[in-house]
Amino acid sequence: MTYSAWIILTACLVGATCGLIGVFLILRKMAMMADAISHTVLLGIVIAFLMTRELSGPHMLIGAIIAGLLTAFLVQWLHTLDIEQHASMGIVFTTLFAIGVILIATSVGNAHLDVKHALMGEITFIPWETTAVPLLGNIPVATTMLGLAFVIVLFFILAFYKEWKITSFDPALAASLGIPVLILHYVFMSLVSVTTVAAFDAVGAIMVVAMLVTPAASAYLWTDKLSVMLVMSSSFGVLSAILGYYIATVIDTSISGSMALATGVIFIISFLFSPKHGLVSKWVKPATTDVMP
Amino acid sequence: MTHSALKVVNLAASYRKNKVLYDVNFDIEAGSLTGVVGPNGAGKSTLIKTVLDLHPALTGEIEFFGLPFKKAKKKIGYVPQRGSVDWDFPTNALDVVTMGLYGNIGWLKRPTREDKEKAYESLDKMGMASYANRQISELSGGQQQRVFLARALVQDAELYFMDEPLAGVDAATEKAIMKILQELKNLGKTVLVVHHDLQTVEDYFDHVLLLNKTVIHYGKTETTFNPTNISETYGGNMLWITSGKENGHVVSSFNK
Repeated sequence: MTYSAWIILTACLVGATCGLIGVFLILRKMAMMADAISHTVLLGIVIAFLMTRELSGPHMLIGAIIAGLLTAFLVQWLHTLDIEQHASMGIVFTTLFAIGVILIATSVGNAHLDVKHALMGEITFIPWETTAVPLLGNIPVATTMLGLAFVIVLFFILAFYKEWKITSFDPALAASLGIPVLILHYVFMSLVSVTTVAAFDAVGAIMVVAMLVTPAASAYLWTDKLSVMLVMSSSFGVLSAILGYYIATVIDTSISGSMALATGVIFIISFLFSPKHGLVSKWVKPATTDVMP
Repeated sequence: MTHSALKVVNLAASYRKNKVLYDVNFDIEAGSLTGVVGPNGAGKSTLIKTVLDLHPALTGEIEFFGLPFKKAKKKIGYVPQRGSVDWDFPTNALDVVTMGLYGNIGWLKRPTREDKEKAYESLDKMGMASYANRQISELSGGQQQRVFLARALVQDAELYFMDEPLAGVDAATEKAIMKILQELKNLGKTVLVVHHDLQTVEDYFDHVLLLNKTVIHYGKTETTFNPTNISETYGGNMLWITSGKENGHVVSSFNK
């Protein structure tokens, strides 16, 4: 495969995976949690690196999952101590992120790990670092990680589809039916962490938030069905990735930045023209109300 | 007929630093239809949530038909307050009702056609069959409450907890819901309803539980629901208007 084909494929995997996870982030009203975890994952990566001296592979995924769970757990814990949910998020993620930044500056030294890279990602260099995968030959490391993350996320969403649905819509009912709401919450946080760390190399901690939240928010405007929303959201993610790549090559700028821009453009189009919730359709045909039978 | 459906002994619960419930003791008779009545902040919703293990209890023992909560789960149906969920969630009425069956379907399985049919029947019972495929945000408040009731019916429980099912619904829905509650009672089910409208207590419930952080009075409506007990529950801040014609009385409470 050509150099740019690998970049596009990697970007598409970011879009598809983030799109899937993003739907539940939006429906569980946890979009901010994506922001928090995308930052604290840095700490997980740094600590995994300090322990294993490796910057890829399963160590990083495990480090990220632990960091993500720690974030979710600390936020929950502060919240039970009477601190407002979003405030506790703000406290936890900035602190953990700061520890990560300090560790990079003091202990990591010259490794391929710096703050700018962590925030922005560098998808352009991805094809250079390859690894041998059985049956598929040499594949860029980041692409392999994202492929793995995509499969994991897709598996969990399909396998526990009805559980995600009920715990997102009505957690109280779910709990009263004996569905383990809290365990599912932490599993979900782990999935967010896996997605974030896999997308890290490609788009970085800031842009991954755009990929997680915006395509899902756009899909929410187009459909009233959860399954359709999932498909649309990840399609919007893929579309943004491809559009972003071409915008970046035309105006010669950052690919991850252009991808985030593309998600924004798709959102604005959705906001204006979606058939049910769009501004234009509301203007054309005002909402009608229903009369009880 | 006098065995107990729900027995609560010495229950206490708090929201952070505020003790919301203390020394709560009562014993609900199986097959009764009980209204839980009390002023705002009396802990009515907290009582239900604590009993259902959705909110931690500080002390106390709770038994359902002589069993602990974990073993009795399948016999319990819960209708949360309508406002507790996001009605913009991308799903339709039939789907919400089907959720009542998720506990029985088991892991890794999808709802079957039979499950969907059960859910549809239940919607039909609430007069909502024609709305089965309607997006839930397009339903009126009363219709949403009917969907919630249908979801409880499909659970086919023995003991139902309902948190303000009649709050903010239209008259037709109120009638439909009360008809179903009576039907449940006639089938021998036990129903506990958090209720806010003092005027209808006597018509709707055979038992009443007057609550203000603890159980003030509990018993048969005809003997328990009297002016003395009510003003004791509401802190005496009551205005009584006795209307001659139906020998009934209308109650309204002052807010401080």
